[in-house]
Amino acid sequence: MTAMLDATDIRKSFGNHEVLRGISLSAAKGDVISMIGSSGSGKSTFLRCLNFLEHPTAGQISLGGQALSCKRDRNGDQTVADPAQLRAFRARVTMVFQQFNLWAHMTARENVMLGPMRVHGLSRTEAGERADHYLARVGVAHRQDAYPGFLSGGEQQRVAIARALAMEPELMLFDEPTSALDPELVGEVLRVMRSLAEEGRTMIVVTHEMNFARDVANRVIFLDQGVIAEQGDPKDVLRKPQTERLQGFLAAQAA
Amino acid sequence: MINWTIVIDMLPAFWNGLLMTLFLLVTAAISGLVLSVPLAVARTAQSRWASWPVFGFTYVIRGTPLLVQLFIIYYGLPQFGLIRDSALWPMLRDPWFCAWLAFTLNTTAYTTEIFAGAIRTTPSGEIEAARAMGLTRAQVFRDVFWPGAWRRALPQYGNEIVQLMHATALASTITIVEILRVGRDVYTNYLVIPESFGMAAVFYLGLTLALTTLFRGLERHFLRHLDPRASATARPAAEKATAHA
Repeated sequence: MTAMLDATDIRKSFGNHEVLRGISLSAAKGDVISMIGSSGSGKSTFLRCLNFLEHPTAGQISLGGQALSCKRDRNGDQTVADPAQLRAFRARVTMVFQQFNLWAHMTARENVMLGPMRVHGLSRTEAGERADHYLARVGVAHRQDAYPGFLSGGEQQRVAIARALAMEPELMLFDEPTSALDPELVGEVLRVMRSLAEEGRTMIVVTHEMNFARDVANRVIFLDQGVIAEQGDPKDVLRKPQTERLQGFLAAQAA
Repeated sequence: MINWTIVIDMLPAFWNGLLMTLFLLVTAAISGLVLSVPLAVARTAQSRWASWPVFGFTYVIRGTPLLVQLFIIYYGLPQFGLIRDSALWPMLRDPWFCAWLAFTLNTTAYTTEIFAGAIRTTPSGEIEAARAMGLTRAQVFRDVFWPGAWRRALPQYGNEIVQLMHATALASTITIVEILRVGRDVYTNYLVIPESFGMAAVFYLGLTLALTTLFRGLERHFLRHLDPRASATARPAAEKATAHA
């Protein structure tokens, strides 16, 4: 199986503090990879390095065999040499955020329409049809004209997922998508994500939801202190953790 | 008692004064708006080379009375031979141009700070979400960054425009015949207060009413996302029935 996304030896330092100490990951089409680890282990930072929201200090990222060419920024970190290449990359690798990050002055439908219009050059009508399709897909079609401030957290996150889906990406990054939600709203978002996994989408999910990691992902990666401490099939890794760190982490999650 | 004959005789003069006040207001407000958007961006830039000069400008302008600025431009600048000989002189000799310049500088300073405040409260997540989708910098600015900042600034900006309108009365001191100057001329001729300054006040009040109505309309349009009624969704009929059951 050929890799779709390849991240090689990603490192990230903030000042003297090295948060990521060489992480490599390759995702093939259809992979659902969940990344777990205690807070501060670097999993969100790693995810944000993948689309250069955070500039990695070192490492290489390629999509479909094409590497992003980099140069050094002011802090000595890597930044993408060609902004157009980065934009094209980001349009193919979309992200869902912990805090939803919907645009407050746009309705749910307008939030979903903007990317396809601006990046893919769709007309308003075409983008509107695409938005309707994906809002229905995540079950919030009836809220399409509401503004984010009046949507529940679960509705907001589902609109954000529709917004990411509307870019028709090859890979979706989820950065703790349920961590900011009230417990009773977590289920509706997880159900959507599970159905996306089932239709064969490629996803990398940073999460604290062990059930999702165990039941939906086909690979789990346990990050500890900036390195991959354990990875593999969730059924093996989560049932028979090899390292003391993961044993401790899972015990704390179960408690 | 009010002498209605004077009031009616002077209405055309007040009307012309109103047009002049509006003209001063609109020209200064538009140029101030155009100038303060890039200045507010510079004011909030990380680089001190960009932000400090703008801060210096707004500090000086906001720290001195508009009347003083107007006098310096109108009476002060012609003192310099260099300026009298420059290509700008025909314009600086014109009181209307001096008023426009003073009002523009003044409203630009205040509006820049209003917009800068709105820019500082931009939720960084909204910008990240736009960038993470592959939008260009220009698209992020036009579709996400500026619309958000503009909406947060709008109520305060409306107040600034009303204050600017009141401030245009100062133009009467440099021979421009706007509402207050018409009032003063009427007073000089007839020595009556209600028919002169009273009338001027009525005209200013009417303008204020028009401006606040205009801005209420703008807020209804631009601040829809804060209005619960705009986001109310008609529930499917079945659900509605159970909700009332």
